Amino acid sequence: MSAEQKPGFNTLAIHAGAHPDPATGARVTPIYQTTSFVFENTDHAAALFNLETFGNIYTRIMNPTQGVLEERIAALEGGTAALAVASGHAAQVLVFHALLEPGDEFIAARQLYGGSINQFTQSFKKFNWNVRFADTDDPESFRAALTPKTKAIFVESIANPGGIITDIAAISAIAKEAGVPLIVDNTLATPYLMRPIEHGADIIVHSLTKFLGGHGNSIGGAIVDCGTFDWMKSGRYPTLSEPSSSYHGITFAETFGNFAFAIACRVFSLRDLGPAISPFNAFLILTGIETLPLRMQRHCDNALAVAEWLSGHDKVAWVSYAGLPGSKFHALAKRYCPHGSGAVLTFGLKGGYDAGVKLVGNVKLFSHLANIGDTRSLIIHPASTTHRQLSDEHRVRAGAGPEVVRLSVGLEDVADIIGDLDQALAEV
Amino acid sequence: MKYLMAKGFHILPVNPAYAGSEIVGQKAHAALAEIGTPVDVVDIFRNSEAALQVTREAIDLGAKVVWMQLGVRNDEAAKLAEDAGLKVVMNRCPKIEYGRLSGEIGWLGVNRRLIDNRKPLLFGKGGTMKHQR
Repeated sequence: MSAEQKPGFNTLAIHAGAHPDPATGARVTPIYQTTSFVFENTDHAAALFNLETFGNIYTRIMNPTQGVLEERIAALEGGTAALAVASGHAAQVLVFHALLEPGDEFIAARQLYGGSINQFTQSFKKFNWNVRFADTDDPESFRAALTPKTKAIFVESIANPGGIITDIAAISAIAKEAGVPLIVDNTLATPYLMRPIEHGADIIVHSLTKFLGGHGNSIGGAIVDCGTFDWMKSGRYPTLSEPSSSYHGITFAETFGNFAFAIACRVFSLRDLGPAISPFNAFLILTGIETLPLRMQRHCDNALAVAEWLSGHDKVAWVSYAGLPGSKFHALAKRYCPHGSGAVLTFGLKGGYDAGVKLVGNVKLFSHLANIGDTRSLIIHPASTTHRQLSDEHRVRAGAGPEVVRLSVGLEDVADIIGDLDQALAEV
Repeated sequence: MKYLMAKGFHILPVNPAYAGSEIVGQKAHAALAEIGTPVDVVDIFRNSEAALQVTREAIDLGAKVVWMQLGVRNDEAAKLAEDAGLKVVMNRCPKIEYGRLSGEIGWLGVNRRLIDNRKPLLFGKGGTMKHQR
Protein backbone atom coordinates (compact mmCIF):
# COMPACT_ATOMS: atom_id res chain seq x y z
CA MET A 1 0.00 0.00 0.00
CA SER A 2 1.42 3.38 -0.89
CA ALA A 3 1.81 5.91 1.87
CA GLU A 4 -0.41 8.44 0.08
CA GLN A 5 -3.38 6.20 -0.69
CA LYS A 6 -5.99 6.27 2.07
CA PRO A 7 -7.57 2.84 2.61
CA GLY A 8 -11.27 2.54 1.89
CA PHE A 9 -13.92 1.68 4.45
CA ASN A 10 -14.07 -2.02 3.59
CA THR A 11 -10.28 -2.29 3.92
CA LEU A 12 -10.27 -0.50 7.28
CA ALA A 13 -13.07 -2.72 8.57
CA ILE A 14 -10.88 -5.77 8.05
CA HIS A 15 -7.39 -4.46 8.76
CA ALA A 16 -7.23 -1.26 10.85
CA GLY A 17 -5.42 -1.88 14.12
CA ALA A 18 -4.38 -5.43 13.31
CA HIS A 19 -1.09 -7.03 12.31
CA PRO A 20 0.27 -10.59 12.33
CA ASP A 21 1.41 -11.75 15.76
CA PRO A 22 5.17 -11.24 16.14
CA ALA A 23 5.60 -14.17 18.53
CA THR A 24 3.97 -16.87 16.40
CA GLY A 25 3.08 -15.39 13.02
CA ALA A 26 -0.62 -15.97 13.78
CA ARG A 27 -2.61 -13.98 11.26
CA VAL A 28 -5.74 -13.37 13.29
CA THR A 29 -5.53 -11.18 16.41
CA PRO A 30 -4.82 -13.46 19.37
CA ILE A 31 -7.16 -13.45 22.34
CA TYR A 32 -4.90 -12.25 25.12
CA GLN A 33 -6.87 -13.91 27.88
CA THR A 34 -4.55 -12.63 30.59
CA THR A 35 -5.12 -10.27 33.46
CA SER A 36 -1.53 -8.98 33.67
CA PHE A 37 1.69 -8.46 31.76
CA VAL A 38 5.30 -8.87 32.94
CA PHE A 39 7.62 -5.88 33.15
CA GLU A 40 11.17 -5.83 31.79
CA ASN A 41 12.45 -4.38 35.06
CA THR A 42 11.33 -1.90 37.74
CA ASP A 43 12.28 1.10 35.60
CA HIS A 44 10.09 -0.19 32.80
CA ALA A 45 7.25 -0.75 35.27
CA ALA A 46 7.62 2.77 36.66
CA ALA A 47 7.69 4.28 33.18
CA LEU A 48 4.45 2.47 32.29
CA PHE A 49 2.66 3.61 35.44
CA ASN A 50 3.83 7.20 34.86
CA LEU A 51 2.54 7.15 31.26
CA GLU A 52 6.14 7.83 30.15
CA THR A 53 6.09 4.86 27.82
CA PHE A 54 3.41 2.81 26.04
CA GLY A 55 2.75 -0.80 26.86
CA ASN A 56 0.56 -3.21 28.78
CA ILE A 57 0.09 -3.35 32.52
CA TYR A 58 -3.30 -4.80 33.47
CA THR A 59 -6.39 -5.80 31.54
CA ARG A 60 -8.68 -3.49 33.51
CA ILE A 61 -6.82 -0.61 31.79
CA MET A 62 -5.60 -2.02 28.49
CA ASN A 63 -5.22 -5.32 26.65
CA PRO A 64 -3.70 -6.02 23.22
CA THR A 65 -6.84 -7.69 21.81
CA GLN A 66 -8.87 -4.74 23.03
CA GLY A 67 -6.28 -2.37 21.52
CA VAL A 68 -6.85 -3.76 18.04
CA LEU A 69 -10.60 -3.33 18.46
CA GLU A 70 -10.11 0.24 19.66
CA GLU A 71 -7.92 1.25 16.78
CA ARG A 72 -10.34 -0.42 14.36
CA ILE A 73 -13.25 1.66 15.71
CA ALA A 74 -11.22 4.89 15.80
CA ALA A 75 -10.18 4.36 12.19
CA LEU A 76 -13.72 3.60 10.99
CA GLU A 77 -15.11 6.70 12.72
CA GLY A 78 -12.19 8.86 11.63
CA GLY A 79 -11.33 9.67 15.24
CA THR A 80 -7.94 10.02 16.86
CA ALA A 81 -8.34 7.21 19.42
CA ALA A 82 -10.93 4.96 21.00
CA LEU A 83 -11.54 3.10 24.25
CA ALA A 84 -13.45 -0.19 24.41
CA VAL A 85 -15.31 -0.92 27.63
CA ALA A 86 -17.76 -3.42 29.08
CA SER A 87 -20.96 -1.97 27.60
CA GLY A 88 -22.49 1.05 25.92
CA HIS A 89 -23.84 2.13 29.30
CA ALA A 90 -20.30 1.94 30.71
CA ALA A 91 -19.01 4.05 27.83
CA GLN A 92 -21.55 6.72 28.72
CA VAL A 93 -20.67 6.65 32.43
CA LEU A 94 -16.97 7.08 31.66
CA VAL A 95 -17.54 9.91 29.19
CA PHE A 96 -19.60 11.90 31.69
CA HIS A 97 -17.26 11.01 34.54
CA ALA A 98 -14.38 12.59 32.58
CA LEU A 99 -16.45 15.64 31.59
CA LEU A 100 -18.64 16.54 34.56
CA GLU A 101 -18.29 17.56 38.20
CA PRO A 102 -21.18 17.17 40.68
CA GLY A 103 -23.71 19.93 40.09
CA ASP A 104 -23.00 20.17 36.36
CA GLU A 105 -25.69 19.87 33.71
CA PHE A 106 -25.88 18.38 30.25
CA ILE A 107 -28.56 18.46 27.54
CA ALA A 108 -29.87 15.24 26.01
CA ALA A 109 -32.36 14.59 23.27
CA ARG A 110 -35.66 13.06 24.43
CA GLN A 111 -35.49 10.69 21.47
CA LEU A 112 -33.14 8.17 23.01
CA TYR A 113 -32.87 4.51 23.89
CA GLY A 114 -34.87 3.95 27.09
CA GLY A 115 -31.80 2.64 28.88
CA SER A 116 -29.99 5.93 28.34
CA ILE A 117 -32.99 7.88 29.63
CA ASN A 118 -33.00 5.73 32.78
CA GLN A 119 -29.26 6.14 33.23
CA PHE A 120 -29.49 9.92 32.91
CA THR A 121 -32.57 10.45 35.06
CA GLN A 122 -31.87 7.84 37.73
CA SER A 123 -28.20 7.02 38.26
CA PHE A 124 -26.60 10.20 36.93
CA LYS A 125 -28.98 12.17 39.12
CA LYS A 126 -27.56 10.25 42.06
CA PHE A 127 -24.09 11.60 41.16
CA ASN A 128 -25.60 15.09 40.87
CA TRP A 129 -25.05 15.16 37.09
CA ASN A 130 -28.25 16.79 35.91
CA VAL A 131 -29.87 16.24 32.52
CA ARG A 132 -32.12 18.67 30.70
CA PHE A 133 -34.03 17.31 27.73
CA ALA A 134 -34.53 18.84 24.30
CA ASP A 135 -36.15 17.60 21.09
CA THR A 136 -34.04 16.22 18.29
CA ASP A 137 -36.41 17.47 15.61
CA ASP A 138 -36.26 21.01 17.02
CA PRO A 139 -32.59 22.00 17.26
CA GLU A 140 -33.52 25.36 18.80
CA SER A 141 -34.85 23.46 21.82
CA PHE A 142 -31.21 22.62 22.60
CA ARG A 143 -30.32 26.29 22.67
CA ALA A 144 -33.29 26.94 24.95
CA ALA A 145 -32.06 24.27 27.36
CA LEU A 146 -28.60 25.81 27.76
CA THR A 147 -27.70 27.21 31.16
CA PRO A 148 -24.38 28.45 32.57
CA LYS A 149 -23.95 24.97 34.07
CA THR A 150 -24.29 23.08 30.77
CA LYS A 151 -21.15 21.09 30.01
CA ALA A 152 -22.16 18.77 27.13
CA ILE A 153 -24.88 17.88 24.63
CA PHE A 154 -25.86 14.25 23.90
CA VAL A 155 -27.84 12.93 20.92
CA GLU A 156 -28.27 9.70 18.96
CA SER A 157 -27.48 9.91 15.23
CA ILE A 158 -30.29 7.54 14.29
CA ALA A 159 -32.52 7.42 17.33
CA ASN A 160 -33.75 4.27 19.02
CA PRO A 161 -36.52 2.96 18.76
CA GLY A 162 -36.39 3.99 15.20
CA GLY A 163 -37.14 6.25 12.35
CA ILE A 164 -35.65 9.47 13.65
CA ILE A 165 -32.55 11.04 12.10
CA THR A 166 -30.85 13.81 14.06
CA ASP A 167 -29.67 16.97 12.32
CA ILE A 168 -26.25 16.70 13.90
CA ALA A 169 -24.79 19.72 12.11
CA ALA A 170 -27.51 22.02 13.44
CA ILE A 171 -27.02 20.83 17.01
CA SER A 172 -23.24 20.95 16.60
CA ALA A 173 -23.49 24.63 15.73
CA ILE A 174 -25.31 25.25 19.01
CA ALA A 175 -22.77 23.21 20.95
CA LYS A 176 -19.89 25.15 19.41
CA GLU A 177 -21.51 28.48 20.23
CA ALA A 178 -21.93 27.35 23.80
CA GLY A 179 -18.37 26.02 23.97
CA VAL A 180 -19.44 22.50 24.97
CA PRO A 181 -18.60 19.14 23.37
CA LEU A 182 -21.22 17.28 21.32
CA ILE A 183 -21.50 13.59 22.14
CA VAL A 184 -23.18 11.41 19.51
CA ASP A 185 -24.33 7.86 20.13
CA ASN A 186 -23.78 6.31 16.70
CA THR A 187 -24.92 2.80 17.63
CA LEU A 188 -27.84 2.37 15.25
CA ALA A 189 -26.07 3.93 12.27
CA THR A 190 -22.50 2.66 12.71
CA PRO A 191 -19.79 4.52 10.80
CA TYR A 192 -20.82 2.63 7.66
CA LEU A 193 -24.00 4.69 7.39
CA MET A 194 -22.85 7.88 9.04
CA ARG A 195 -19.72 9.40 10.53
CA PRO A 196 -20.71 11.96 13.16
CA ILE A 197 -17.22 13.51 13.10
CA GLU A 198 -18.02 14.83 9.62
CA HIS A 199 -20.94 16.79 11.06
CA GLY A 200 -19.31 18.29 14.15
CA ALA A 201 -19.31 15.55 16.80
CA ASP A 202 -16.54 15.81 19.40
CA ILE A 203 -17.08 12.47 21.14
CA ILE A 204 -18.80 9.36 19.78
CA VAL A 205 -20.15 6.48 21.84
CA HIS A 206 -21.22 3.02 20.75
CA SER A 207 -22.88 -0.01 22.09
CA LEU A 208 -20.65 -2.60 20.41
CA THR A 209 -23.29 -5.15 21.49
CA LYS A 210 -25.38 -4.04 18.53
CA PHE A 211 -24.45 -3.63 14.86
CA LEU A 212 -20.68 -3.36 15.22
CA GLY A 213 -20.37 -6.76 16.88
CA GLY A 214 -23.35 -7.70 14.80
CA HIS A 215 -23.97 -11.26 15.94
CA GLY A 216 -25.70 -10.89 19.29
CA ASN A 217 -22.98 -12.69 21.20
CA SER A 218 -20.99 -10.04 23.11
CA ILE A 219 -21.76 -7.05 25.29
CA GLY A 220 -19.37 -4.16 24.75
CA GLY A 221 -19.12 -0.40 24.45
CA ALA A 222 -16.78 2.18 22.99
CA ILE A 223 -15.80 5.82 23.31
CA VAL A 224 -14.25 7.55 20.28
CA ASP A 225 -12.26 10.76 20.64
CA CYS A 226 -12.75 12.91 17.55
CA GLY A 227 -9.79 15.05 18.54
CA THR A 228 -11.75 18.21 17.76
CA PHE A 229 -12.46 19.86 21.12
CA ASP A 230 -10.15 22.41 22.76
CA TRP A 231 -10.11 21.26 26.39
CA MET A 232 -7.79 24.04 27.56
CA LYS A 233 -9.86 26.93 26.25
CA SER A 234 -12.66 27.37 28.78
CA GLY A 235 -11.07 25.87 31.86
CA ARG A 236 -14.38 24.13 32.57
CA TYR A 237 -13.06 20.58 32.08
CA PRO A 238 -10.48 20.26 34.88
CA THR A 239 -9.95 16.53 34.36
CA LEU A 240 -8.49 17.39 30.95
CA SER A 241 -7.01 20.83 31.56
CA GLU A 242 -5.65 20.70 35.11
CA PRO A 243 -2.59 18.77 36.37
CA SER A 244 -3.53 15.21 37.32
CA SER A 245 -2.54 14.48 40.90
CA SER A 246 -2.33 10.72 40.40
CA TYR A 247 -0.02 11.12 37.41
CA HIS A 248 2.55 13.46 38.97
CA GLY A 249 0.97 16.61 37.67
CA ILE A 250 0.76 15.93 33.93
CA THR A 251 -2.06 17.73 32.16
CA PHE A 252 -3.78 15.31 29.76
CA ALA A 253 -4.73 17.95 27.20
CA GLU A 254 -1.14 19.19 26.99
CA THR A 255 0.63 15.85 27.03
CA PHE A 256 -1.64 13.92 24.69
CA GLY A 257 -2.85 16.62 22.33
CA ASN A 258 -5.75 15.55 20.17
CA PHE A 259 -6.34 12.16 21.79
CA ALA A 260 -6.24 13.41 25.37
CA PHE A 261 -9.91 12.71 26.00
CA ALA A 262 -9.60 9.02 25.13
CA ILE A 263 -6.50 8.75 27.33
CA ALA A 264 -8.21 10.46 30.27
CA CYS A 265 -11.22 8.15 29.96
CA ARG A 266 -8.83 5.20 30.12
CA VAL A 267 -6.15 6.09 32.65
CA PHE A 268 -8.48 7.98 34.99
CA SER A 269 -12.16 7.04 34.56
CA LEU A 270 -11.73 3.40 33.49
CA ARG A 271 -8.87 2.92 35.92
CA ASP A 272 -11.01 4.00 38.87
CA LEU A 273 -14.48 2.80 37.87
CA GLY A 274 -13.42 -0.47 36.28
CA PRO A 275 -15.90 -1.58 33.55
CA ALA A 276 -13.33 -3.42 31.44
CA ILE A 277 -14.27 -5.34 28.30
CA SER A 278 -13.41 -9.02 28.21
CA PRO A 279 -10.61 -9.85 25.74
CA PHE A 280 -12.81 -12.62 24.38
CA ASN A 281 -15.70 -10.21 23.78
CA ALA A 282 -13.26 -7.82 22.12
CA PHE A 283 -12.18 -10.64 19.79
CA LEU A 284 -15.73 -11.59 18.81
CA ILE A 285 -16.73 -7.98 18.22
CA LEU A 286 -13.56 -7.41 16.16
CA THR A 287 -14.46 -10.41 14.01
CA GLY A 288 -17.97 -9.07 13.53
CA ILE A 289 -16.67 -5.68 12.42
CA GLU A 290 -14.80 -7.27 9.50
CA THR A 291 -18.12 -7.73 7.70
CA LEU A 292 -19.73 -4.47 8.90
CA PRO A 293 -20.15 -2.90 5.44
CA LEU A 294 -21.73 -6.02 3.94
CA ARG A 295 -24.02 -6.59 6.90
CA MET A 296 -25.18 -2.99 7.26
CA GLN A 297 -26.09 -2.72 3.59
CA ARG A 298 -28.14 -5.92 3.74
CA HIS A 299 -29.77 -4.76 7.00
CA CYS A 300 -30.82 -1.50 5.32
CA ASP A 301 -32.08 -3.14 2.13
CA ASN A 302 -34.11 -5.69 4.09
CA ALA A 303 -35.48 -3.06 6.49
CA LEU A 304 -36.67 -0.86 3.65
CA ALA A 305 -38.49 -3.78 2.05
CA VAL A 306 -40.13 -4.66 5.37
CA ALA A 307 -41.08 -1.02 6.02
CA GLU A 308 -42.66 -0.75 2.59
CA TRP A 309 -44.60 -3.99 3.07
CA LEU A 310 -45.85 -2.94 6.51
CA SER A 311 -46.97 0.44 5.14
CA GLY A 312 -49.45 -1.38 2.93
CA HIS A 313 -50.86 -3.62 5.67
CA ASP A 314 -54.39 -2.95 6.87
CA LYS A 315 -53.65 -3.76 10.52
CA VAL A 316 -50.78 -1.25 10.63
CA ALA A 317 -51.66 2.34 11.51
CA TRP A 318 -48.27 3.89 10.76
CA VAL A 319 -44.64 2.99 10.12
CA SER A 320 -41.68 5.02 11.33
CA TYR A 321 -38.65 4.45 9.12
CA ALA A 322 -36.63 7.30 7.65
CA GLY A 323 -36.00 5.35 4.45
CA LEU A 324 -39.68 5.66 3.52
CA PRO A 325 -40.37 8.65 1.26
CA GLY A 326 -43.33 9.65 3.46
CA SER A 327 -41.18 9.91 6.62
CA LYS A 328 -40.67 13.41 7.95
CA PHE A 329 -37.01 12.47 8.41
CA HIS A 330 -36.54 11.27 4.83
CA ALA A 331 -34.69 14.37 3.69
CA LEU A 332 -32.35 14.17 6.67
CA ALA A 333 -31.79 10.49 5.92
CA LYS A 334 -30.78 11.24 2.33
CA ARG A 335 -28.38 13.85 3.61
CA TYR A 336 -26.85 12.06 6.58
CA CYS A 337 -27.04 8.36 5.70
CA PRO A 338 -27.42 7.97 1.94
CA HIS A 339 -26.58 4.25 2.00
CA GLY A 340 -29.67 3.50 4.06
CA SER A 341 -31.62 4.29 7.20
CA GLY A 342 -30.56 1.36 9.35
CA ALA A 343 -32.21 -1.85 10.42
CA VAL A 344 -34.42 -0.59 13.24
CA LEU A 345 -37.95 0.60 12.64
CA THR A 346 -41.17 0.96 14.59
CA PHE A 347 -44.76 0.64 13.58
CA GLY A 348 -48.09 1.16 15.31
CA LEU A 349 -50.78 -1.46 15.37
CA LYS A 350 -54.36 -0.40 14.99
CA GLY A 351 -55.20 -2.91 17.70
CA GLY A 352 -53.09 -1.01 20.25
CA TYR A 353 -51.24 -2.45 23.26
CA ASP A 354 -52.98 -5.84 23.17
CA ALA A 355 -52.27 -6.30 19.46
CA GLY A 356 -48.61 -5.56 20.14
CA VAL A 357 -48.43 -8.17 22.85
CA LYS A 358 -50.18 -10.72 20.60
CA LEU A 359 -47.92 -10.03 17.65
CA VAL A 360 -44.70 -10.71 19.53
CA GLY A 361 -46.26 -13.95 20.73
CA ASN A 362 -47.07 -15.07 17.17
CA VAL A 363 -43.78 -14.67 15.34
CA LYS A 364 -41.68 -17.77 14.64
CA LEU A 365 -38.68 -16.49 12.70
CA PHE A 366 -38.33 -13.23 14.60
CA SER A 367 -36.85 -13.57 18.09
CA HIS A 368 -38.66 -11.79 20.88
CA LEU A 369 -35.89 -10.30 22.94
CA ALA A 370 -34.33 -7.04 24.09
CA ASN A 371 -31.57 -6.26 21.60
CA ILE A 372 -31.00 -4.80 18.20
CA GLY A 373 -28.27 -5.30 15.64
CA ASP A 374 -28.07 -9.07 15.27
CA THR A 375 -27.88 -11.15 12.11
CA ARG A 376 -31.24 -12.48 13.33
CA SER A 377 -34.45 -10.51 13.01
CA LEU A 378 -35.63 -9.28 16.39
CA ILE A 379 -38.94 -7.96 17.67
CA ILE A 380 -40.05 -6.25 20.87
CA HIS A 381 -42.94 -4.31 22.27
CA PRO A 382 -41.08 -1.41 23.98
CA ALA A 383 -43.95 -0.23 26.15
CA SER A 384 -44.00 -3.53 28.03
CA THR A 385 -40.21 -3.98 28.12
CA THR A 386 -37.31 -1.66 27.20
CA HIS A 387 -39.25 1.51 27.91
CA ARG A 388 -41.42 0.04 30.69
CA GLN A 389 -39.51 1.78 33.46
CA LEU A 390 -40.10 5.20 31.97
CA SER A 391 -42.97 7.46 32.81
CA ASP A 392 -45.88 7.49 30.31
CA GLU A 393 -44.74 10.91 29.15
CA HIS A 394 -41.12 9.88 28.57
CA ARG A 395 -42.29 6.71 26.84
CA VAL A 396 -44.46 8.49 24.30
CA ARG A 397 -41.87 11.23 23.69
CA ALA A 398 -39.28 8.50 23.08
CA GLY A 399 -41.53 6.94 20.43
CA ALA A 400 -42.50 3.94 22.54
CA GLY A 401 -46.22 4.42 23.14
CA PRO A 402 -48.56 1.49 23.92
CA GLU A 403 -49.26 0.45 20.30
CA VAL A 404 -45.64 0.56 19.14
CA VAL A 405 -43.72 -2.51 17.99
CA ARG A 406 -39.99 -2.26 17.26
CA LEU A 407 -38.18 -4.45 14.75
CA SER A 408 -34.48 -4.95 14.21
CA VAL A 409 -34.50 -6.42 10.73
CA GLY A 410 -31.89 -9.13 10.26
CA LEU A 411 -30.02 -10.67 7.38
CA GLU A 412 -32.35 -13.55 6.56
CA ASP A 413 -33.96 -13.82 3.13
CA VAL A 414 -36.36 -10.90 3.02
CA ALA A 415 -39.19 -13.14 1.79
CA ASP A 416 -38.86 -15.18 4.97
CA ILE A 417 -38.81 -12.07 7.15
CA ILE A 418 -41.94 -10.69 5.54
CA GLY A 419 -43.54 -14.13 5.52
CA ASP A 420 -43.15 -14.40 9.28
CA LEU A 421 -44.69 -10.98 9.90
CA ASP A 422 -47.49 -11.85 7.49
CA GLN A 423 -48.52 -15.03 9.32
CA ALA A 424 -48.12 -13.36 12.72
CA LEU A 425 -50.22 -10.32 11.79
CA ALA A 426 -52.94 -12.56 10.36
CA GLU A 427 -53.64 -13.83 13.87
CA VAL A 428 -53.69 -10.39 15.52
CA MET B 1 13.29 12.57 26.72
CA LYS B 2 13.47 9.30 28.69
CA TYR B 3 11.28 7.60 26.09
CA LEU B 4 13.43 8.60 23.13
CA MET B 5 16.60 7.67 24.98
CA ALA B 6 15.11 4.24 25.69
CA LYS B 7 14.55 3.88 21.96
CA GLY B 8 18.21 4.52 21.26
CA PHE B 9 18.27 8.22 20.48
CA HIS B 10 21.14 10.27 21.90
CA ILE B 11 19.57 13.40 23.40
CA LEU B 12 21.50 16.61 24.15
CA PRO B 13 19.43 19.01 26.29
CA VAL B 14 19.82 22.75 25.59
CA ASN B 15 18.56 25.00 28.36
CA PRO B 16 20.45 28.07 29.62
CA ALA B 17 18.85 27.70 33.06
CA TYR B 18 20.43 24.26 33.48
CA ALA B 19 23.77 24.85 31.73
CA GLY B 20 26.49 22.87 33.41
CA SER B 21 24.15 20.52 35.29
CA GLU B 22 22.38 17.36 34.11
CA ILE B 23 18.88 16.68 32.81
CA VAL B 24 17.91 12.95 32.92
CA GLY B 25 21.59 12.10 33.23
CA GLN B 26 22.67 14.15 30.18
CA LYS B 27 24.89 17.24 30.38
CA ALA B 28 22.83 20.36 29.56
CA HIS B 29 24.23 23.03 27.20
CA ALA B 30 23.56 26.77 27.38
CA ALA B 31 23.01 27.19 23.65
CA LEU B 32 22.80 25.15 20.42
CA ALA B 33 26.04 26.69 19.17
CA GLU B 34 27.91 25.21 22.15
CA ILE B 35 27.29 21.64 21.03
CA GLY B 36 30.51 20.42 19.50
CA THR B 37 29.19 17.25 17.89
CA PRO B 38 27.00 16.78 14.81
CA VAL B 39 23.27 17.01 15.46
CA ASP B 40 20.56 15.38 13.31
CA VAL B 41 17.36 16.79 14.80
CA VAL B 42 16.72 20.01 16.69
CA ASP B 43 13.56 19.47 18.79
CA ILE B 44 12.00 22.81 19.78
CA PHE B 45 10.15 23.06 23.10
CA ARG B 46 9.76 26.85 22.93
CA ASN B 47 6.72 28.89 21.90
CA SER B 48 5.88 29.49 18.25
CA GLU B 49 7.52 32.93 18.12
CA ALA B 50 10.81 31.75 19.65
CA ALA B 51 10.90 28.87 17.15
CA LEU B 52 12.15 31.22 14.40
CA GLN B 53 15.42 32.08 16.14
CA VAL B 54 16.00 28.48 17.20
CA THR B 55 15.41 27.38 13.60
CA ARG B 56 18.08 29.84 12.37
CA GLU B 57 20.51 28.38 14.91
CA ALA B 58 19.57 24.84 13.84
CA ILE B 59 20.33 25.67 10.22
CA ASP B 60 23.72 27.18 11.23
CA LEU B 61 24.45 24.03 13.24
CA GLY B 62 24.00 21.85 10.15
CA ALA B 63 21.04 19.92 11.53
CA LYS B 64 19.00 17.80 9.11
CA VAL B 65 15.59 18.19 10.78
CA VAL B 66 13.75 20.90 12.68
CA TRP B 67 10.99 19.47 14.89
CA MET B 68 8.49 21.69 16.71
CA GLN B 69 6.47 20.25 19.58
CA LEU B 70 2.71 19.96 20.07
CA GLY B 71 1.17 23.40 19.79
CA VAL B 72 4.29 24.94 18.24
CA ARG B 73 4.00 26.15 14.66
CA ASN B 74 5.93 28.81 12.78
CA ASP B 75 5.44 28.82 9.02
CA GLU B 76 8.19 31.40 8.40
CA ALA B 77 10.67 29.24 10.29
CA ALA B 78 9.48 26.19 8.38
CA LYS B 79 10.04 27.86 5.01
CA LEU B 80 13.49 29.05 6.06
CA ALA B 81 14.47 25.54 7.09
CA GLU B 82 13.03 23.82 4.03
CA ASP B 83 14.73 26.32 1.71
CA ALA B 84 18.01 25.43 3.44
CA GLY B 85 17.38 21.75 2.71
CA LEU B 86 16.15 20.66 6.16
CA LYS B 87 13.06 18.56 6.86
CA VAL B 88 10.47 20.18 9.12
CA VAL B 89 7.87 18.71 11.46
CA MET B 90 5.49 21.01 13.36
CA ASN B 91 2.88 20.50 16.06
CA ARG B 92 3.85 16.92 16.79
CA CYS B 93 5.32 15.05 19.74
CA PRO B 94 8.18 12.69 18.74
CA LYS B 95 7.16 10.20 21.44
CA ILE B 96 3.63 9.98 20.05
CA GLU B 97 4.85 9.75 16.45
CA TYR B 98 7.40 7.06 17.35
CA GLY B 99 4.69 5.21 19.24
CA ARG B 100 2.34 5.52 16.28
CA LEU B 101 4.77 4.28 13.66
CA SER B 102 6.31 1.54 15.80
CA GLY B 103 2.92 0.14 16.77
CA GLU B 104 3.29 0.71 20.52
CA ILE B 105 0.66 3.38 20.78
CA GLY B 106 -1.90 1.17 19.09
CA TRP B 107 -2.07 -0.63 22.42
CA LEU B 108 -3.79 2.47 23.80
CA GLY B 109 -6.40 2.49 21.06
CA VAL B 110 -4.83 5.32 19.11
CA ASN B 111 -5.62 5.51 15.39
CA ARG B 112 -2.16 5.13 13.88
CA ARG B 113 -3.56 5.63 10.36
CA LEU B 114 -1.47 2.90 8.82
CA ILE B 115 -1.91 -0.71 7.73
CA ASP B 116 1.06 -3.08 7.45
CA ASN B 117 0.56 -6.84 7.41
CA ARG B 118 4.21 -7.88 7.24
CA LYS B 119 5.19 -10.08 10.18
CA PRO B 120 6.82 -7.82 12.77
CA LEU B 121 9.93 -8.73 14.76
CA LEU B 122 9.44 -9.36 18.45
CA PHE B 123 9.05 -6.07 20.26
CA GLY B 124 12.20 -4.27 21.19
CA LYS B 125 13.99 -1.14 20.12
CA GLY B 126 12.30 0.03 16.96
CA GLY B 127 9.17 -2.01 17.67
CA THR B 128 7.23 -3.19 14.69
CA MET B 129 9.05 -0.88 12.28
CA LYS B 130 11.49 -3.70 11.52
CA HIS B 131 10.08 -6.58 9.53
CA GLN B 132 11.39 -9.98 8.53
CA ARG B 133 12.02 -9.71 4.80
